[in-house]
Amino acid sequence: MSATTQTTPAPSDTKGGVLSLILQLRTYIALIAVLAFFSFAAPNFLSVASFTIMLQHIAIIAILGIGMSFVILTGGIDLSVGSTAGLAGMVAGMLILNGIVLEPLGIVIYPSIPLVIAITLAVGALVGLINGALITRFGVAPFIATLGMLYVARGSALLSSNGTTFPNLVGTAAHGNTGFPFLGAGQLLGVPVPIWLMIVIAAVAMGVAGRTAFGRYVYAIGGSERAATLAGVRVNKVKTLVYIISGLCAALVGLIISSQLVSAHPATGETLELSAIAAVVLGGASLSGGRGTILGTLIGACVIGVLSDGMIMMGVSEFWQMVIKGSVIVAAVVLDQIQKRFITGARS
Amino acid sequence: MTLLRAETIVKRYGATEALKGVDFDVHAGAVNVLIGENGAGKSTLMKILAGVETPTSGRLLLDGKAVRIGSVKDAAAHGISIVHQELNLCPNLSVSENIFLGRQNAGLIDRRSERAETAALMKRLEQDIDPDTLVGDLRIGQQQIVEIARALSDKARVLILDEPTSALSPTEVEVLFRIIRDLKSVGTGIVYISHRLEELLRIGDHITILRDGSWQATAPVAEVSMPWIVRHMLGHDGQAAVATSRDTTAATVLSVRDLRLTRPDGGYSLDHVDLDIKAGEIVGIYGLLGAGRSELLESLVGACPARGTVRLDGKDLAGLNVSARVERGLCLVPEDRKAEGLFPNLSVGGNLGLSSLVKFSRLGLISETAAGRAIAAMIGLMGVKTASPDLSIGALSGGNQQKVVIGRCLMPGPRVLLIDEPGRGVDIGARHDIFARMRTLAEGGMSVVFTTSDMAEAQTGADRVLVMARGRITADLSPSEATEAALIAAANGVPESEMSPA
Repeated sequence: MSATTQTTPAPSDTKGGVLSLILQLRTYIALIAVLAFFSFAAPNFLSVASFTIMLQHIAIIAILGIGMSFVILTGGIDLSVGSTAGLAGMVAGMLILNGIVLEPLGIVIYPSIPLVIAITLAVGALVGLINGALITRFGVAPFIATLGMLYVARGSALLSSNGTTFPNLVGTAAHGNTGFPFLGAGQLLGVPVPIWLMIVIAAVAMGVAGRTAFGRYVYAIGGSERAATLAGVRVNKVKTLVYIISGLCAALVGLIISSQLVSAHPATGETLELSAIAAVVLGGASLSGGRGTILGTLIGACVIGVLSDGMIMMGVSEFWQMVIKGSVIVAAVVLDQIQKRFITGARS
Repeated sequence: MTLLRAETIVKRYGATEALKGVDFDVHAGAVNVLIGENGAGKSTLMKILAGVETPTSGRLLLDGKAVRIGSVKDAAAHGISIVHQELNLCPNLSVSENIFLGRQNAGLIDRRSERAETAALMKRLEQDIDPDTLVGDLRIGQQQIVEIARALSDKARVLILDEPTSALSPTEVEVLFRIIRDLKSVGTGIVYISHRLEELLRIGDHITILRDGSWQATAPVAEVSMPWIVRHMLGHDGQAAVATSRDTTAATVLSVRDLRLTRPDGGYSLDHVDLDIKAGEIVGIYGLLGAGRSELLESLVGACPARGTVRLDGKDLAGLNVSARVERGLCLVPEDRKAEGLFPNLSVGGNLGLSSLVKFSRLGLISETAAGRAIAAMIGLMGVKTASPDLSIGALSGGNQQKVVIGRCLMPGPRVLLIDEPGRGVDIGARHDIFARMRTLAEGGMSVVFTTSDMAEAQTGADRVLVMARGRITADLSPSEATEAALIAAANGVPESEMSPA
């Protein structure tokens, strides 16, 4: 059995089967449509170089979106991911440039790059843990808890440098902390590292969502939290974990962006939370939880990425880009509602 | 006189035919009973009469004239009103706000007259419910009364009651029956659906039986008998599970001492409850609404913050949360299946396997073959009627959904199974299956504690009947002692000693 969950059940009738299939595959169709459109409309769109750049942009949204997917599947939301990415970049920048200053001993320790990455990821996980604790222990609504964290994390990022940029994060050989730019700009087998990261994270996330007890619990909680509690699911633990996952993904994105720019700016990641949510929603997830897939989010991220980059290549004004992106997101949700009505109509 | 007539109604959902050309007459000034197992098409037919669904083919005649009822508003305009089986109230609004929801005229709301009319309705229903109380603060039974009040305020010509008594206490049922008689006397046509056959025989005038979406039989109630009904419903003669006296020397599995749960007003929902359950025993807890039965079961699994000692196999469960208690072998099948028992977004298999995923995991990954095998076995054991474990849970009938929730609890192999109202919203066929299964499992050593507001269920389904009233256990009876008189007395709080004739 594929006990599940991720896909809305295929209606068994043939009447209207084609239409319902089209509705189910709408995200893929949307992706193919935007790809086809820009292939004709945008010059140089169909080239390895532009696809590589585009995929790197997609990786940012996709990684955030995958973390966000777990949160949204439980029926929650994480508005803090953009700020957390910004904060993470600043933590990494500070560690590389200033090291860890141990005042009483009068020494400065410069952690190696793997250690910098580990510490930064830990900061992201901590942000998620705080979100999760606020939501599960103190009953704060996810929207409010993470909205608060959006401000706190952004403020902390600004405080860390007094609002300035940590520039030139190449490290020094003497401190043993060179190599940071590899994360964002390096290549493995000719493919940029951020794309590899996206692929690996997506594969792991799909396995976790579809094949582990934790993943099933995430769907169950989104379906009915009370039923999950009575079925013996450790609801608070699972809910806390999804915010930690989201925080980890956000921190990784912060690392990738600061590595690509070889500098950390405290405003990095502003409004990225909205792109991540949009990717999840475009991927067919329900904001009330319980429905959605990692693959859907991945495709959703591709639609947003292709749309943005394609419009830039076409020279569409930034203002129009916003109008079009917003319309696409709303249209996706309208289609989702139509599909839902279709499926409930096919049942009693 | 026929008020409303449905002729050769067909309703298809995709490939499945829910109604296969059903005829149904609603006589004015009479109670028109509609019965059949879950999935027989009763609710679909009622939804068509009430404008919730439109038929694929067939026609509706009101006063002999063909009418189109395309929406709930159309139905209301024709004087057709329905009380749905599932509660459809806004918990965040007050009783009077719920009753008048959707019928306010344009302009300002006249709160005072709404409140006065609500108070009058509550008086008519003999309920002591303040119109300003939030519906969410009411017990399920009281919420059902509010639903009925809402339909009454419509002053409908045709009133459809879909399982109106499933959560009502015997006293409330009497009030409802009195009102039904009042409505009959003014010519209202009442359509009445219930799984409680004895109720139907008492209140009904005409009886129509559906099976698998087809009409089976229609007859005046005066001319029918219980066996006749059962035969037409099931297509064969059903038989009831018969309780036998169990081994009384078995070891005590669950021991409860001095369990207390305080209400916000300072009283006790559970008033110093002591309880012992033996291995392989089936214990029924009978009581009226608000007696504390659900609270007792919820406290045992840790879903309610009760104080006192609960020991399972001699080990104190103090401080353990629900998941830890489930792991140790206590499992609750909740009363409100829709809100607390089911995962509407998961498949039948997903729902069944949820409590035992860890058992099926190797290196963190769920083994689909192991899980699938266990799920298929449980579907077979519980007799769940489903085409495939991958089917959406929403596609199953209430009885089969109940079997799935029970099956989920059974999969990890519990010591004590707690079932809150196993028969609620479940047809008699499935109810029979469930009780038969509980019996088999008890013979294997598992203990079962179930609550019920149905006396027959308490009498036939259990080895021992406890009665609760106002948070206390007021009687502990063997099946032979559990006469209707004894149950009613104890449920109204008369102590055991005063019950037995001196």
